[in-house]
Amino acid sequence: MKLVGRGTRVESAPTKVAHPGPSTTAKESLTSRRRRRNRLWEVGVSRLLLICALVSIFTTLGIVIMLVWQTVGFFREVSFLEFFTGTKWTPMFEPANFGVLPLVAGTFLTAAIAILVALPIGLGAAIYLSEYAKDRVRRTLKPTLEVLAGVPTVVYGYFALTFVTPVLQEIFPNMIVFNALSAGLVMGIMIIPMVSSLSEDAMYAVPRSLRDAAYALGSTRFEVAIRVVMPAAVSGIVAACILALSRAVGETMIVAIAAGSTPRLTLNPVESIQTMTAYIVQISLGETPHGTVEYYTIFAVGLLLFFMTLVMNLIGQWFVKRYRHRY
Amino acid sequence: MENGSAVRRNMRTRRAKGRIFSVLFLACTMVGTLVLVVLLVDVLRDGARWFDWQFITSFPSRDPEKAGLLSALFGTVWVMALTALFAFPLGVGTAVYLEEYAPDTRLRRLIQTNINNLAGVPSIVYGLLGLSLFVQFLGLGRSVLAGALTLTLMSLPVIIIAAQEAIRSVPETHRLGAFALGAARWQVVRKIVLPSALPGILTGTILAMSRAIGEAAVLIAISALVYLTFIPTGPQDRFTVLPIQIYNWVSRPQDEFQHLAAAGIILLLIVLLGMNAAAIIVRNRYQKSSEE
Repeated sequence: MKLVGRGTRVESAPTKVAHPGPSTTAKESLTSRRRRRNRLWEVGVSRLLLICALVSIFTTLGIVIMLVWQTVGFFREVSFLEFFTGTKWTPMFEPANFGVLPLVAGTFLTAAIAILVALPIGLGAAIYLSEYAKDRVRRTLKPTLEVLAGVPTVVYGYFALTFVTPVLQEIFPNMIVFNALSAGLVMGIMIIPMVSSLSEDAMYAVPRSLRDAAYALGSTRFEVAIRVVMPAAVSGIVAACILALSRAVGETMIVAIAAGSTPRLTLNPVESIQTMTAYIVQISLGETPHGTVEYYTIFAVGLLLFFMTLVMNLIGQWFVKRYRHRY
Repeated sequence: MENGSAVRRNMRTRRAKGRIFSVLFLACTMVGTLVLVVLLVDVLRDGARWFDWQFITSFPSRDPEKAGLLSALFGTVWVMALTALFAFPLGVGTAVYLEEYAPDTRLRRLIQTNINNLAGVPSIVYGLLGLSLFVQFLGLGRSVLAGALTLTLMSLPVIIIAAQEAIRSVPETHRLGAFALGAARWQVVRKIVLPSALPGILTGTILAMSRAIGEAAVLIAISALVYLTFIPTGPQDRFTVLPIQIYNWVSRPQDEFQHLAAAGIILLLIVLLGMNAAAIIVRNRYQKSSEE
């Protein structure tokens, strides 16, 4: 409706001018002036929108350039070899050691625990939503599950430290307050929706004909879900796992609160460890002055974290594309 | 005969297996909700007694009885207001460009892939970007403005993706009809596409903002752990936000501060709940008015 009004206004403007009866050239120039202005406006708007879109490109460039720039400062003081192969991370003590492996180990320890929790639960939920639930049930249960991903991570951190850890201490009496296990478990709960919604999308996309064929051969619903739908949706499930792992690796506040601040090369989940993200938080707390080695370390660790998650995201997206192409 | 009963027995075990697993799968779906309930009860039990008017209107203090989170609350409001101001036009502009203007070119694919990747970048990396780019390089200092710009970059991918979905759901026939009447592209976008995509865009933006409030803890890289006893009065001032204040209290060993953290969490969850309710109201209201 509104558009018609606008359109007629554009069309009728020259005729209104024409009525008093000036020469035809004046009428033409008015129309063409208006047209030119409209065209300029169109071009201007499209340029402006392009600039908006380019902000995201500059964000990526900004991340890479800024992190690399600060990391160069770090590697002026610390050798590459020490950073990637050293097994001690004590940048603030004498003698300072800059081996990043303990932080990487801590990161993957908590992320692995999280995946061990989220994968079976998330997959089970995905199977239920895609294969068992009626449409109405599905529509109410799915958003409820998504709420888990919307809870602020600092709240999960509080929950891990003040509720899960005391419960776990009943089971493992010699457990320390800050430990990888409780942070990992809670992180696992947080990433359930990531695993379940991506896998469910993939399962939902499996054609009905495959299911019907299996039912015609006498399969039960469970057998159809496990032996037909899951294998057919495997690239989606792999994608879900990788993307959830990447999220767990980059997760910050839960591990900063509950996993401790003791960089340690260990696979023991009841010990106190430190993740890459938690280290960055720990150093950031203290307003470390610009230019010191400690200041540069957080960028070196951040750059490594950025590349690790980037690689995982790219692999994950590749798998997502694969299952989308298939059906 | 023998064979038939074997088949029947086999079928019975298969059916039983199916039943057991269907219960198990349902349980998987409910685990999350259960944990959520336990979490809420835990937080309420620890913090409800500390959550009162005095708590909201006081500054942080060494004395837990007098402590509050006024500065963090105002800091959050400041940072989020500026973030919304920057992120909304940028996000919608990008989405409009990608959906309505950019033909299927290399540039479009590059921007789209890039946005998908940015959505997966850990939030603490955005904190580091803000620290080196806004705080140091551009010399904004540890200010509200630097924090808001950082959160803008962090929440942009989410807003863009939500806005794109909303724009994509506008039927193609509406656009074609407008073009057939001689409307130019911007006229089509402004008069046809944006009005009917607006509820979706607004809902997506509000949800992205509520996510950003929760993830604002990474602003710790910018604001550090300050002990603020004033309310920021301008974009140049130092600030702290709710999640940072909560983190500060959680990381103290005394029980009283743990309870303060729980009280802070109650406030944070109320804010988020309010925003989500607002998103739902906006969606319903616009849907109704567009049906009329």
